[in-house]
Amino acid sequence: MLQKVVRSTVIDAPIDRVWAVIRDFNSHDRWHDVVAESRIEGGEKSDQVGCVRSFSLKDGNRIREQLLTLDDREYRSTYCIVEATVPLQRYVATVTLKPVTDGNRTFWHWESTFATPHGMERELRDMVAQGVYEAGFENLRLHLRQGGDLQTGRPGTAASAMPTALPLPTRRIVVHAYGGPEQLQPENAEAPPPGEGEVRIRQRAIGINYLDIYLRQGRIPALLPLPGVPGMEAAGSVLDTGIGVHGLLPGDRVAYLGPRPGAYCSVRTVPAAWVVRLPPAVEDDVAAALLLKGITADVLLRDVARVRRGTRLLVHAAAGGVGLVLCAWARALGATVIGTVSSEAKARMAREHGCEQVIVTRDYRFADAVQRLGGAEVIVDGLGDAAASENLAALARCGHWISLGQASGGLQPVSPDALVAKSASFSRPVVFDYVATPALLQERAQRVWDALADGTIRPPVIERHALDAAAEAHARLESRATIGPLVLVA
Amino acid sequence: MVRVYISSVIEAGADAVWARIRDFNALPLWHPAIADSRIENTQPSDRVGCIRHFHTRDGGMIRERLLALSDYDYSCTYEILESPMGVENYVATLKLTPVTDGNRSFAEWSAEFDCAEGRENELTQLIGQGVFQAGFDALKRHFTRR
Repeated sequence: MLQKVVRSTVIDAPIDRVWAVIRDFNSHDRWHDVVAESRIEGGEKSDQVGCVRSFSLKDGNRIREQLLTLDDREYRSTYCIVEATVPLQRYVATVTLKPVTDGNRTFWHWESTFATPHGMERELRDMVAQGVYEAGFENLRLHLRQGGDLQTGRPGTAASAMPTALPLPTRRIVVHAYGGPEQLQPENAEAPPPGEGEVRIRQRAIGINYLDIYLRQGRIPALLPLPGVPGMEAAGSVLDTGIGVHGLLPGDRVAYLGPRPGAYCSVRTVPAAWVVRLPPAVEDDVAAALLLKGITADVLLRDVARVRRGTRLLVHAAAGGVGLVLCAWARALGATVIGTVSSEAKARMAREHGCEQVIVTRDYRFADAVQRLGGAEVIVDGLGDAAASENLAALARCGHWISLGQASGGLQPVSPDALVAKSASFSRPVVFDYVATPALLQERAQRVWDALADGTIRPPVIERHALDAAAEAHARLESRATIGPLVLVA
Repeated sequence: MVRVYISSVIEAGADAVWARIRDFNALPLWHPAIADSRIENTQPSDRVGCIRHFHTRDGGMIRERLLALSDYDYSCTYEILESPMGVENYVATLKLTPVTDGNRSFAEWSAEFDCAEGRENELTQLIGQGVFQAGFDALKRHFTRR
């Protein structure tokens, strides 16, 4: 008579985490205590339906099992024994997971039917039910609790990276010694094939940010150890992807920004979590010019400053890459935008982008003018030290001074006494902390593309430089002569 | 086609939970959102094909036909014939599975239906939380109180 064993339990973990372990037909020696060794025969992948796994059990028995069904939609795996030193005959087992939506847990159902030699029914039923299934439940609980599933797999077990992927030549801009723009030197190098969770990108446009200048000058050596390649963002198309990367295919148009520099190159391998797909309407150079700057504006206006209708906002370098986006977006939110610029030409550009009150100043004097307009409730400050006392003087009561950059030099410590005089706040946000998850990054990037599409922010007038001419581009940006964003073209 | 799926774990054996929910006419006895219920044409409430005719506490009238009943699988499938919700082709299944590890039951309640464009989220919320989850919450309260 055919024996049937059913065991089920509830695991305190989301279904996708449990399934990631269970669906790997070769995973048992990492979590199930009875299994000493597991391997997939014939060099097949462990998620290949039809593959055979060979188990050595700790009690000395050996079992070969074949994967019959793998169903990622129903979270189900069915397998049978093809050969074993234990007398389980015609053994077919199915593991099914179901989500417990009430609590984000997982219901795990494990059942099998098999025949046994006469008189061994009970013994084998107990062995399967308790020794394999119930023990398995406990072992997997422990495995997940210890985070065993979060460590990277053994090489060559699950799916292995594309074996044919080779390093590709790349042109890149390297800083060997901190200093002026002349330290940006073009070189030939190789971009490694994408590892697990990585994607390799043929870059066409690279965004230049003021942060790149600080990195080159050696003002943040921890972020750019020598020799180092600056650059936080770029756009282009996907060349290839490593294992575990979902939703990105070769040829997809993408852009990225990441917390580690290295974007000044023609081919780069980056974590897929940094990458967003580009809408067809957004060109590579527009994406490179706007991604980090637009997301910076989004973070500042929505999260840090919470700008709303009527907020009096002071934007320094109002005709710069970030400044123009801030002006236009804040104006669309109903804010009153005051800007400082260093020339009449920049003033015109800032006005065109929604800056209502433009103060032209080359010597960081603006506080009186701002106070005549009622004082700034929010200041977005990329100027740094030379403008510190003017910023304090320009603040309205309960105002918020946001330090985004320090173009004129590192900011001296801001004294609490200076803030208490006006009940003021001071913050020093880092954008990358506001896009720490792929979902957040996608959401913010989408808001930037939407704002571009509906005219809230204008297509930027981009100043383009060849990748090899990065030094010229930096010199231009530092000269304060540029209007709008700069992009390197690779 | 919109699909709603809600599942929960109830601290009682499947036989005990099934005894409480099996009767197609018993919604007012265990579901807090249902005010009254009767079976049309004096049919028994476990006859596949019978129609329950009930009112929600907010006054809505709903008619549903029993399409399948399985004491072996602890499952029951039914369709909506008439309701104020604005759903078409609505078929739902309520199913229990014993959890062998402890005297518990895994309960699933799912539905598929069509509706006017734009109402998907609202109806998913109403049916998933207002009906299915509310029913499970009531069962969980009932079986932990004892």
